[in-house]
Amino acid sequence: MGRRAPFGVFAISAFILKRLALSLVTLVLLSAIVFGVGQVLPGSVGRLLLGPFADQRAVDALNTSLGLDRPLLVQYGDWIWGFVQGDMGRSYMYEAPVRPFVVEALGNSLKLAAVAFVIVVPAAIAGGVIAALNYNRPIDRIISIGGLTMTVLPEFVTGIILILIFGVWLKWLPISAAWPDGAGAFTQIYYLILPSMPLILVLFGYIARMARSGMIEALDSDWTRTAVLKGLPWRLVIWRHVLRNALLPTITVIATQTGYLIGGLVVVETLFRYQGIGLLVFTAAKGKDIPMLLAGILVIGIVYTFTTLIADLLYAVFNPRIRLGALS
Amino acid sequence: MRDEAENALELDDLSVAYRVGGIDRLVLRNVSFRIARGEAYGLVGESGCGKSTAAYSVARYLPRNGSVTGGHVRLDGKDIMGLGTEELRRVRAERLSTVYQDPGKALNPSIRIGRQVAEVFEIGGASAEEARARTLGMLEKVQISDPPRVMQSYPHQLSGGMQQRVGIAMALANDPSMLILDEPTTGLDATVEAEVLDLIGHLRRELSISVLFISHNLAIVSRMCDRVGVLYAGMLVEEGPTDRVFGAPRHPYTVALLRCLPRGGRRKSSGQLDTIPGFLPGIGAIGDGCAFADRCGLVVDRCRVERPPLYDLGGQMSRCHFHDRAQSLPHTTLKAPSESKPSAIGRPVLRVQGLNKTYGRRGSGGVVAVKDLSLDLPAGQTLGLVGESGSGKTSFARTLLGLTEPDEGGHIELEGKELAPRVEERSFEQAKSLQIIFQNPDSALNRSHSVRSLIGRALRRLGGFRGADMDRRLEELASAVRLTEHHLSVSPRQLSGGLKQRVAIARAFAGDPRVVVCDEPTSALDVSVQAAILNLLAELQSERGVSYIFISHDLGVVRYLSDQVVVLYLGRVMEYGPSEEVFSGPQHPYTEALLSAASDIGEPEGGRIRLDGEIPSAAAPPSGCAFHTRCPRRIGSICDDVDPELVEARSGHAIRCHIPPDELAALQTRRPSAPSQKMSPERSDDHGRP
Amino acid sequence: MTMATAKATVDRPAATPRRDRSRMILRKLFRSGVFLTGFGIVLFWVFCAIFGIYLVPYDPLSSDILNALQPPSAVHWFGTDQLGRDVFSRVIVGSREILVVAPAATLLATVVGSALGLCTGYFRGVLDDVVSRIMEAVMAIPGVLLALLAIVSIGTSKVAVIVVIGLSFAPNIARTVRSAVMQERELDYVAAAHLRRENAAYVMFVEILPNVIPPILVEATVRLGYAIFAVATLSFIGFGIQPPSPDWGLSISTNYGMINGGFWWTVLFDALAIASVVIGVNLVADGVQGAFSER
Repeated sequence: MGRRAPFGVFAISAFILKRLALSLVTLVLLSAIVFGVGQVLPGSVGRLLLGPFADQRAVDALNTSLGLDRPLLVQYGDWIWGFVQGDMGRSYMYEAPVRPFVVEALGNSLKLAAVAFVIVVPAAIAGGVIAALNYNRPIDRIISIGGLTMTVLPEFVTGIILILIFGVWLKWLPISAAWPDGAGAFTQIYYLILPSMPLILVLFGYIARMARSGMIEALDSDWTRTAVLKGLPWRLVIWRHVLRNALLPTITVIATQTGYLIGGLVVVETLFRYQGIGLLVFTAAKGKDIPMLLAGILVIGIVYTFTTLIADLLYAVFNPRIRLGALS
Repeated sequence: MRDEAENALELDDLSVAYRVGGIDRLVLRNVSFRIARGEAYGLVGESGCGKSTAAYSVARYLPRNGSVTGGHVRLDGKDIMGLGTEELRRVRAERLSTVYQDPGKALNPSIRIGRQVAEVFEIGGASAEEARARTLGMLEKVQISDPPRVMQSYPHQLSGGMQQRVGIAMALANDPSMLILDEPTTGLDATVEAEVLDLIGHLRRELSISVLFISHNLAIVSRMCDRVGVLYAGMLVEEGPTDRVFGAPRHPYTVALLRCLPRGGRRKSSGQLDTIPGFLPGIGAIGDGCAFADRCGLVVDRCRVERPPLYDLGGQMSRCHFHDRAQSLPHTTLKAPSESKPSAIGRPVLRVQGLNKTYGRRGSGGVVAVKDLSLDLPAGQTLGLVGESGSGKTSFARTLLGLTEPDEGGHIELEGKELAPRVEERSFEQAKSLQIIFQNPDSALNRSHSVRSLIGRALRRLGGFRGADMDRRLEELASAVRLTEHHLSVSPRQLSGGLKQRVAIARAFAGDPRVVVCDEPTSALDVSVQAAILNLLAELQSERGVSYIFISHDLGVVRYLSDQVVVLYLGRVMEYGPSEEVFSGPQHPYTEALLSAASDIGEPEGGRIRLDGEIPSAAAPPSGCAFHTRCPRRIGSICDDVDPELVEARSGHAIRCHIPPDELAALQTRRPSAPSQKMSPERSDDHGRP
Repeated sequence: MTMATAKATVDRPAATPRRDRSRMILRKLFRSGVFLTGFGIVLFWVFCAIFGIYLVPYDPLSSDILNALQPPSAVHWFGTDQLGRDVFSRVIVGSREILVVAPAATLLATVVGSALGLCTGYFRGVLDDVVSRIMEAVMAIPGVLLALLAIVSIGTSKVAVIVVIGLSFAPNIARTVRSAVMQERELDYVAAAHLRRENAAYVMFVEILPNVIPPILVEATVRLGYAIFAVATLSFIGFGIQPPSPDWGLSISTNYGMINGGFWWTVLFDALAIASVVIGVNLVADGVQGAFSER
């Protein structure tokens, strides 16, 4: 206390560097885990691909040509080095490089995620704030319990119910996300509304809950009391004093949920037959297309690590305690 | 502009209830008092008496479950309870201000100080530019160093004392007619507290504001306030001019409360402290009679059935049927004065030599928490360890106990045998001989265990008792610390603070220790409970011949209990010696400042020295004499450059100062009358409205 | 007294601490509408899982192709699926496997996670650094995906689902326990134990563990909800519970392809059943959290 903290750019960049290094370590471990878990396969890949009646020599030859007879560590090194250079391996199923598939699928998934995000973030924050401002009143109960309920439902459950209501009975929305070729942005969004709904429902509860508890804590704080007793109008107390502190933790939650969002797409994309990273992973898993599966999951892990990194940096930017000192 | 009511503030028959478990419990009962214009009124009482509730009722800011169930609060003659939202806001913006306890939490952590203060001017209609200029002026007025820098800072970058100065600046910015001070210096270090109180007193007189001062500290209230009200269990039991209430109290509770304090250089050899038996009645659990009846030595049947009114005794009021006899309240101390047996001359029970403790990297960048500390503790005696935050008191305690490892090179000897640096490496015998009573019993007692198992486990491990033997010892120990069978069967969280501390004491004594470290054992307790704990410690010492290292920031307490005193500053021993010699002088200037800061009730003002500025960081201690940055008796560059040696004033009494002891003695008998205060440019347009 | 402490302790002490405390928490739980609702729902499905097979009107596994895809009627309350199996009977017994697999996975996650959290939080240092990094990496992959990868790799079976979900959830529990332990560790009662020369096992299990039980319980009930979520999802995408089980997720997965044909009853009831059990468990979790959080 009391000393002027090491101030300015230097401290911030030190923080960023430290945080970057941590992310890098996480990524290395992540890739090792993904690779490791993917290697416990019973039997060999060659046998898997050629079927039970194939000649053993053919199986061995295939294994050799795929490089699977080498030590695991070498295989891992090869794989990760390729990955770093942009070579994600070759798909068994399509017998083609994995990368174009992953890139396209990721792009599609990001579109879906963006639609969900743009809707859910403002709505959930507003919901949480409104609930907190009406603490323990009916509207708070509705938002809190409703949010909690929606959050815990698996996406395929809400998805099925939403398809039945809006797609089958009301026929308002298309039940498949596959828009016609050459569709414009608005048509694409139209096709994405129903698929994004299960994601929105899951995320709403999380984010609203965090926003609400942050608000309640801030409203009960001593400094809010100070602001009120200063004679500030309530509106200013909320906008200037409360919101800023209350929503800080929500940033982190939003980021971790971004990771979830990308991952949770498996179900939604399967359900709506949308060519995103989730469906890609699902198809690869079904077809035991290990390189594709590994690449897909690793990319998802990378996206998650990246968003949490961004969140931590944003948190630091908005929080003077971290920005100025408290680093050492 | 203001309607000229006679009183600045009137509380009229105010009752406030909190809804707990679906039931309304009264925390304030029919409280009435008046504060005249320009008057400073103190509201005192122990924790749970409702004093903060009274304060926040004035601003009409109660917790969610609180509500005013009756009565009125009038500010400048206007009833606060009847105001609409906008009117209430305007009252808060224009007439009423509050300085809060815990300033670190009362400031918004993510807004710059300048902005937070300027806001107040902006509500008053000032332009942004004007608000900024006036903020600067206000910060100068509260004697903050480098106001432009402070304006650019966030709260966490300031020390507690600076934060509270900002709090005061913010409170005075709207030029209020009424200022509420809610324990404004609780939690600050003694020397900083003294500075802040000086500032408050000075500004109050200058701006002639009416003040409602909430505090548990009777000495501070006696210094700051014209009149004082004593709250007990939500009721005002006594009120009157400060000197009369504290000099000639007319309610047994006030009488008892004043007797609990170790005042006026009292020592354990001159007898036990009085205590207040029993407990504060639970919230809302008061019957028909006098709330204090169950704990009062003067109680008669009438007290239990007839609630006493506030008897007016000519300016002084007392809620006691027998106010005329209040001062004849019998003393609670029955025992003969306890005398610590001075040990036979010989080796001290504990000897510490050249102890250092550095956190983090040694050399550059490390924090030196304890520097070259040496002391001897004779058997059966108490060594008081005095210092403010950052002085290394607690680091020393933990190092001594082997909980953290000291730097290499120092020695700790217990009964002539060298102690290993870590407790794991010490023998069982040594571990049980050296125990501690922690400051916070909530942290020190495992809440998952019953009191019986807490003490029992210690008896088992440290005393080696088993079976029936152990049960017998447990009962003995429990009765020695005055715990009953009922207390043994509950969880510590179901006990009051004082009882918890008794459990901790019993645990520390389970293995018949030779030395017990008492780390601020009473700082979290109310004074009446503190007295009982101090008595218990003194009694255990005289019975068992144990030695104490008694760590405290409260000089009255240290003086009461200690035979020897060590004064620490930034991990360095500034002075040590027999207790009475240290207190009577000559003293190190720092000791002198600590003593000046701790004013006693009714002690005349003046003749005190004050320190400037902040306690430096232990991570970057000043060069030369560690104290030179704040020393009011600094003699020159030698202080900045050369770390002084400890110089013996008399045998066994040494002072680390470049000024020789006899010169210090001469300086200190003359006592400078001008407190060292920074001059601040006084511009009337800083605070006054045109 | 400040605003925060205004919830004054009014209750007077009673008998033995631990039992008294658990009794108090139970009393609080059974006064909470949220908890009771959830508990009722869960109890209903547990009952169905155990006794449902003796009560349902049809054998949930026997097909009757002639009566396939019948809409709900008096004969088949919830209609029949594409193999002519009675949907009502299937829904009632559909909880059998998920209610074994999900709790087993949660138990595994709780045991492994608590052990990891206790060790890393207590010993800290290198062990903590290494384990925490690995756990963070595991948590960077959404649980369902990690499970998918592992199940593809080791093959589909109930045990595989339990192990994979259990292990992928363990880091979440470990993280909660670790931070609770690290807070407890700093308290003076731990120092007091060291001063009595207690060994590490005693300090961890007798001193610290009882105090971190509440967060473990809360986290475990929350995780149970997620486990049901995850198992149902895995079943839906074909990597969880395998045919011919009447499991809800599996049933939806086999029938939802026909959703556009208007055969809504083949999926809706299963979906509602999953919804109710997941909501039930989460209401229980919410109630447990509430009971432990307030003093």
